Amino acid sequence: MKRQNVLVQCIVNGEEVAEYVDPRESLLDMLRNHLGLTSVKKGCEVGECGACTVIIDGETIDSCIYLAVWAEGKNIRTLEGLEEDGQITRIQEAFIEEGAVQCGFCTPGFIMSATVLLEQGKELTRDEIRKKMSGNLCRCTGYQNIVNAVDKVMHENAESSRKE
Amino acid sequence: MYDIENYYNAKTVSEAVELLTEHPDARIISGGSDVLIKIREGRMAGTSLVSIRDIEELKGIEKKDSGDIYIGAGTVFSHITADPIIQECVPVLGEAVDQVGGPQIRNIGTIGGNICNGAVSADSVPTVFSYNSLLHIANAEGSRVVPVREFYLGPGRVALKQGEVLMHVVIPRTEYEGYHGHYIKYSMRNAMDIATLSCSVVSKVNPETKILEDVRITFGVAAPVPYRCVETEELLKGRKLGEELYRKLEDSIRSEIHPRDSWRASKAFRLQIGGEIARRALIRTVELAGVPADSVSGGEMA
Amino acid sequence: MIGKSVPRVDAYEKVTGRAKFTEDLIPPRCLVAKVLHASIGNGIVTSIDTSEAEALEGVVKVVTFKDVPEHCYPTPGHPWSVEPAHQDVADRNLLTGRVRYYGDDIAAVVAEDEITAARALKLIKVEYEEYPVEIHPRKSMQGSHPPIHFDKKDNVLARSNYFIGDVDKGMEESETVVRGTYKTPIVQHCHIENPISYAYMEKGRIVVVTSTQIPHIVRRVIGQALGIPWGNVRVIKPYIGGGFGNKQDVLYEPLNAFLTTQVGGRPVKLDISREETFCNTRTRHSIEFDLAAGVDKDGKLLAKDMHSYSNQGAYASHGHAIAANGLTSWRLQYACPNIRGEAYTVYTNTPVGGAMRGYGIPQVCFAIESFMDDVAAAIHMDPLEFRRKNLIQGYYADVYLKPIAANSNGIFECLKKGADYIHWDEKRKEYANQTEDVRRGVGMALFSYKTGVWPISLEISGARLSLNQDGSVQLTLGATEIGQGADTVFSQMVAETLHTDMEHVHIMSTQDTDISPFDTGAYASRQSFVTGTAVRHCAEILRDKILAYAKTLLPEIDTTELELRDNWIWAGKEQAISLAALAEESYYSLTNSSVLTAEVSEQVKKNTIATGCCFAEVEVDMKLGKIKVLHIINVHDSGKLLNPQLAEMQVHGGISMGMGYGISEQLILDEKTGRPLNGNLLDYKLMTMLDTPELKADFVELDDPIGPYGNKALGEPPAIPCAPAIRNAVLHATGVAFNENPLTPQRLIDGFQKAGLI
Repeated sequence: MKRQNVLVQCIVNGEEVAEYVDPRESLLDMLRNHLGLTSVKKGCEVGECGACTVIIDGETIDSCIYLAVWAEGKNIRTLEGLEEDGQITRIQEAFIEEGAVQCGFCTPGFIMSATVLLEQGKELTRDEIRKKMSGNLCRCTGYQNIVNAVDKVMHENAESSRKE
Repeated sequence: MYDIENYYNAKTVSEAVELLTEHPDARIISGGSDVLIKIREGRMAGTSLVSIRDIEELKGIEKKDSGDIYIGAGTVFSHITADPIIQECVPVLGEAVDQVGGPQIRNIGTIGGNICNGAVSADSVPTVFSYNSLLHIANAEGSRVVPVREFYLGPGRVALKQGEVLMHVVIPRTEYEGYHGHYIKYSMRNAMDIATLSCSVVSKVNPETKILEDVRITFGVAAPVPYRCVETEELLKGRKLGEELYRKLEDSIRSEIHPRDSWRASKAFRLQIGGEIARRALIRTVELAGVPADSVSGGEMA
Repeated sequence: MIGKSVPRVDAYEKVTGRAKFTEDLIPPRCLVAKVLHASIGNGIVTSIDTSEAEALEGVVKVVTFKDVPEHCYPTPGHPWSVEPAHQDVADRNLLTGRVRYYGDDIAAVVAEDEITAARALKLIKVEYEEYPVEIHPRKSMQGSHPPIHFDKKDNVLARSNYFIGDVDKGMEESETVVRGTYKTPIVQHCHIENPISYAYMEKGRIVVVTSTQIPHIVRRVIGQALGIPWGNVRVIKPYIGGGFGNKQDVLYEPLNAFLTTQVGGRPVKLDISREETFCNTRTRHSIEFDLAAGVDKDGKLLAKDMHSYSNQGAYASHGHAIAANGLTSWRLQYACPNIRGEAYTVYTNTPVGGAMRGYGIPQVCFAIESFMDDVAAAIHMDPLEFRRKNLIQGYYADVYLKPIAANSNGIFECLKKGADYIHWDEKRKEYANQTEDVRRGVGMALFSYKTGVWPISLEISGARLSLNQDGSVQLTLGATEIGQGADTVFSQMVAETLHTDMEHVHIMSTQDTDISPFDTGAYASRQSFVTGTAVRHCAEILRDKILAYAKTLLPEIDTTELELRDNWIWAGKEQAISLAALAEESYYSLTNSSVLTAEVSEQVKKNTIATGCCFAEVEVDMKLGKIKVLHIINVHDSGKLLNPQLAEMQVHGGISMGMGYGISEQLILDEKTGRPLNGNLLDYKLMTMLDTPELKADFVELDDPIGPYGNKALGEPPAIPCAPAIRNAVLHATGVAFNENPLTPQRLIDGFQKAGLI
């Protein structure tokens, strides 16, 4: 039963990573167990809850239904990678300000989905935000303040780009 | 951790065909959103996998000089929705696959996987049917072409043999030009759900005469396989648009489809919904053709 | 500091992903345990062969029901009772050979990794003798052979009843008598973090780290289950990803504790999958209600009668407490001279019912508030007017459980706010007679909810404060943060009473039964009330100690003049000494050092009723059987708000849960086996962001005279009134009364077809 591990080289949160992984491992396993990136949460293991959402090459995916070996050559971002010089991003601040956090278990996944949405630079309606964030489940908030937080930062961004 | 016996990574279609032939127990994995879940459930635990994820020739969408649209089987849903060729020529397909699961799933799920796993709830399939699409399949002998309508053999079973790889879904120019399509997914939630019933209608309407020149209606989850409502189509073709036609459509659909009773929904329920969504989908295609729905009210019927 | 929307004290940790949950703390090379679940719904295991599983490489240990202690133990998150008659029903074993529901736990495997554990489970050979499966309480209580539990021959776990006045006479004297039968579904909590624990041994004791709402109770129950001294168990609760009552039960922690003892104390992880969470943890009870009411010609209630049948499932868990709670609420809030109530809790072969947000009240509220609309309709009265006519204004107390009283009562103000927001009067008229395919309606429902469990059960809470060297304080509690914001409001309470700011209050979020003061945990919307009382008392003691110590430092000043404010000791209008300087002295004075701490263990013998209501406007697509909630508002009378933003968040989440209860959520069981057919997050229709409308929360802030800071229950109430409000709005829109929730498309289409509307 001893298995050949496979070398996976990729970029995780801006740093080059080379890890020997078991080909049976999910990316979730690799990020949590090899790299200690425990913001990536496991909620259903079937891609239904979005708690394990990470960004790969600019797109969100559920890392629970993504094999670790597929990370080869990819650029992967987790919540741990958002901070710069100890400064959290505007969307993280907005989650705090708007009260978008309760138990906090779904929060990392939501922030990753929001991050991609905000980086696309579009100004969306609240309904469009709801559709684009609908791959993340939350049981605590009724989503209200999560939409508020994303909406707020999106408007701020649009406002500042109009001024430029 | 997934209970996978052996994992092989194909870089080309021919390599994939070879690996699948060499390892007759191995299954194809592409996006993984279906196969990995089956492995976890135990239904496919201990299987070997041949990954076709890294095969570049399976990705992307191309419009050939003929006007035929070639959709690589490995193209993910979100890329199909965003693709300018799709948006211009067959926007309904982009809209349909934009209703699969949620954003994360749409970033990994592929149209090839959607078709080949044989699920009747697959969101791309009714539309692929309504466009009379062709499936280009590679195998050890080279390749073969199968009309999608001949691809489904029974519940969860498709005409893809071990050693074969779906390469492209082809929508011929003649099948989409002049047509408008609309897909309605009826599900219990607005996201993260599978269809309880689904219907894709593609129609060709003469805006002058207000005649329904051609129509194709395909249902998901209305029978053991995706179901083209040929009888209804024949009944409606050449008729004038209007309430009477829509009523005929509803009635005909309800006698033509064969949904079953299950804990998810009763047969009676699916029949009610089936007639209604077919009606609404057809009316929408008529509107897309530039014929306002209220311009052909019941009173004007021929 | 009370009444301010200060940010959550744990928000930064959570938005950065640094907050550690149980799985984030699991040590490397932790063994993995998995449970073998029965594949029949009722019967006994006649043989079990584990030899192949044991032979599999990587398997460390296989245990079956034959290897576990024979005695039974109770699981609910109740305070223990020293009176045997009031102790929880002990009807569980760690593993069982008597299968009582599909998925019952019969064996467990400990392996080096999860794939090996999963493969080993498949290698265990089990043979069964099957008994007939019964999943309906009214049928199950007719008895079965053998009974589900041998000591309950008729499968009735418990029955309770009461009479006030003379109901039969009241009915006779009524102008109109209305009857109705209502039924609620089994639903699941769906906290996004599944239950998970790991256990190991240290110095001969068992340590269990677990995602729970009730660490001190888990400790006791592990002791009971394993038959070991309770002090030999240490339970640690890190951040938890939601609980909603499911984790107010002792789930797999005792088994996990047992398993580590079977492998020499090595760490063993027991990670419950989502599917197991649906089938094998706890659910909200399905309850059926037969209701009757008589009203006089003015629409005043003269008599009320309730008979309810609660589906307990296979094990007692919280048992009859849930149905009894609903029964109690039947006699609260609405004035009526003649009331009868009877409740049965019945064992069946289904997943186990336990605590879930609202503890029986969402069920009874769906029944009562649907019924109130039906009664109003029968006498052609506006349902809001009907309620106003019958609700009790001002103070009232329960006839039997006297401490349960509306010490403040804002229900009429709540109704006014809700009706104004939804434009009740206009829309009731506007939507009165529709015939279109898409119709609209407005509906409402209201509730009452007690705060904590006194006098039904014990209320006790501990708090500890110590003054740090820099003048900040350290707060340690046994009460748990489960997402609701408890840590934040407790910190606010301390800041309020010590007259300091949030930066000077440090709370330890983790509970550790070796360290944390005794508190029974997060449930019953009790903590801000009960633990709040302890926190306030503790802070007052510390304040007094600080001032007493200040006196020793300032002998020239009369003590009565000293005051603690803004991190200073004030003597009248003069700053006498900073709290920081005082604190430093208290630690390091060569003549007079004494670290200032306060600790209380407070029994709270009081209760107070919170109320509120929901108003909803819906649009119904008749031919597609779909409900769209256009507007929804909850208005709560929860006393003074400790933190308005947190309060609003709590309400949003409750509305969302209540909407799911009203429209989409139900655990569907196979009739033949009792197996859940949709026990996963794809098939169980938890609302997504795209299914959720804009949610509105509002409050009527009365200062409750009993609450420690004028506050009363808010944790659970928001989930209570939404389902019946939506049901009543659909009734208004369509004229069709749906008496079973959720109002799924299937039910709507069936109902509309039956009514000849489509």
